[in-house]
Amino acid sequence: MAVQAIGKRELTQRTAFSLLVLAVAIVVIPVVFIIAYIIANGAGAISWDFLTQPPSQAGKAGGIFPAIVGTLYLMLGALIFSLPVGVLAGIYLTEYARDNWLTRLINMAILNLAGVPSIVYGLFGLGLFVMTMKFGMSLLSASLTLACQALAMTITTSREAIITVPREYREGSLATGATKWQTIRHVVLPQALPGIITGAILAMSRAAGETAPILVVGAAFILPGLPGSPFDQFMALPYHLYTTAAHVPGMPKTTIWGIALVLLVVVLSFNSLAVFIRIRVRQRRFGS
Amino acid sequence: MLQRGASSATADAGLALSLRRRWRFGEKTIESFILLNGLLAIIVLLGVLFLLMREGLPVFTYTSPLKFFFGTKWYPVSEPPTFGMLSFFVATLWVTLVATAIAVPIGVGCAAYLAEVAPASVRETVKPIVELLAGIPSVVMGLIGLMLLSPLVQSTFNLNTGLSGLTAAIMLSMMSLPIIVSVSEDALRAVPKEFREASYALGATRWETIRHVCIPGALSGIAAAVMLGVGRAIGETMTVLMVAGGALAVPYSPTEPMMPMTAAIASGIGNAVRGGLQYQALFAIGLILFLMTLSVNLIADRVLERQKRKFTR
Repeated sequence: MAVQAIGKRELTQRTAFSLLVLAVAIVVIPVVFIIAYIIANGAGAISWDFLTQPPSQAGKAGGIFPAIVGTLYLMLGALIFSLPVGVLAGIYLTEYARDNWLTRLINMAILNLAGVPSIVYGLFGLGLFVMTMKFGMSLLSASLTLACQALAMTITTSREAIITVPREYREGSLATGATKWQTIRHVVLPQALPGIITGAILAMSRAAGETAPILVVGAAFILPGLPGSPFDQFMALPYHLYTTAAHVPGMPKTTIWGIALVLLVVVLSFNSLAVFIRIRVRQRRFGS
Repeated sequence: MLQRGASSATADAGLALSLRRRWRFGEKTIESFILLNGLLAIIVLLGVLFLLMREGLPVFTYTSPLKFFFGTKWYPVSEPPTFGMLSFFVATLWVTLVATAIAVPIGVGCAAYLAEVAPASVRETVKPIVELLAGIPSVVMGLIGLMLLSPLVQSTFNLNTGLSGLTAAIMLSMMSLPIIVSVSEDALRAVPKEFREASYALGATRWETIRHVCIPGALSGIAAAVMLGVGRAIGETMTVLMVAGGALAVPYSPTEPMMPMTAAIASGIGNAVRGGLQYQALFAIGLILFLMTLSVNLIADRVLERQKRKFTR
């Protein structure tokens, strides 16, 4: 009797655990499939010409060089405009802010910034940078818009990086007579650098994949050349992928998957780089 | 000689003093500059709100907020134009609801397995894959939905078109999984070990402990995870733009083609005359979208805060 009861509970546990494994499988298998499918179907499109030539015939022929360069520009632009302010905000939150209502408000704002829909950032960029500041539909407007979107990430990663610097380092520096800012500048920031770089790389990879904001503030489908100044329009990989996939009839499938593959490689290689740096730093700090 | 020494000493003292003064001045400037940057998150958030209101609210001088929200006709270029966004709102609700219904059991199940059951080796393999999923750009997910999932949905449910709210919802459920998994897993891990041990000591099995101790203990954290997933689904743009079908009628079932709010903005803004009525109306939809995600995130934040306090003594 007792043995039977235990058997029944065993059975329930086995059933429940297999359902949990099923849930894991439902998460994992599609991801692996998607990546494998894109590699298998896109690899055929990749060639030297595809990566180095401008597109022709509405993207059906030629390459995607201007889109690749445009995306690199955007990543760089988003980084330039979001990293310095993000790091300074991180410094404020860890080194200067007291535990009061203002700090709580700032933290709440950061959390909510991360949740603002990307299309809303696009509207913001259109209203502020394109219209009010008159930067036009340009690389500059798009970079600034993506930087606003990346802000929450650069602030939180810098804050996490700075907060892990041991307190003794700061105290040692202050004891030698250094001012607070000198301590931050010469002791805290160098120690936090790997963490900050990780955040910067993640922000760039995010900026590379964003489509909705640049669709609103100035990506062009086909341009003959590269943007010559920050005030020019630009092509970008995710927008090129969207337009060729959704709006060009008779687009060769291989080319579409090829664009997806290039975009995925850019985004995921930056992501893995960030993960790699994070693991290295953790090993160095806790390994010995 | 002596005098020169003395004067150089005073010079040194003077130099040190002026240096210190400069430092102090420098410190003050730097500190206020850093404070300004600290406030930046608030400034940007309020800036977004202000801008959406400035560009969007003027549409209400043309059409009343009630008509705008509950109207079912969206004819931005007819003469005179009509702006009723109900069908977009209902589409957003459908897509979000179905996506959440799919993602929550799978996400929480996955989190429970990772936090409570999985051996370290499995966890170390699965977690990077979940992070990988979070890294796939939304336009690529849209492409997958467009090319691979929509034919499948069309044939399975015998629909006229595979581009439907359901297809979008399936893709969205995948996209909200990473945040649901990671936040729920953290919440489950935060449940103190003593609770589990007490449960085992009473003779409960591991599953009974998960079911009756761990999940109830982490419930508010899991709720926050769900809210964050919902926020993600409401705001996602590219996937629904490419996959949901873009029909303008009010959808009565998730299997119909539909146009959620984000897709309505993205597809309309390119043709809207700057500062014109349609432009204003799209910003007004943006404002409503912003307020929706803001409130969802605020609630999630509150709930998460409560969860954190629960086990700290």
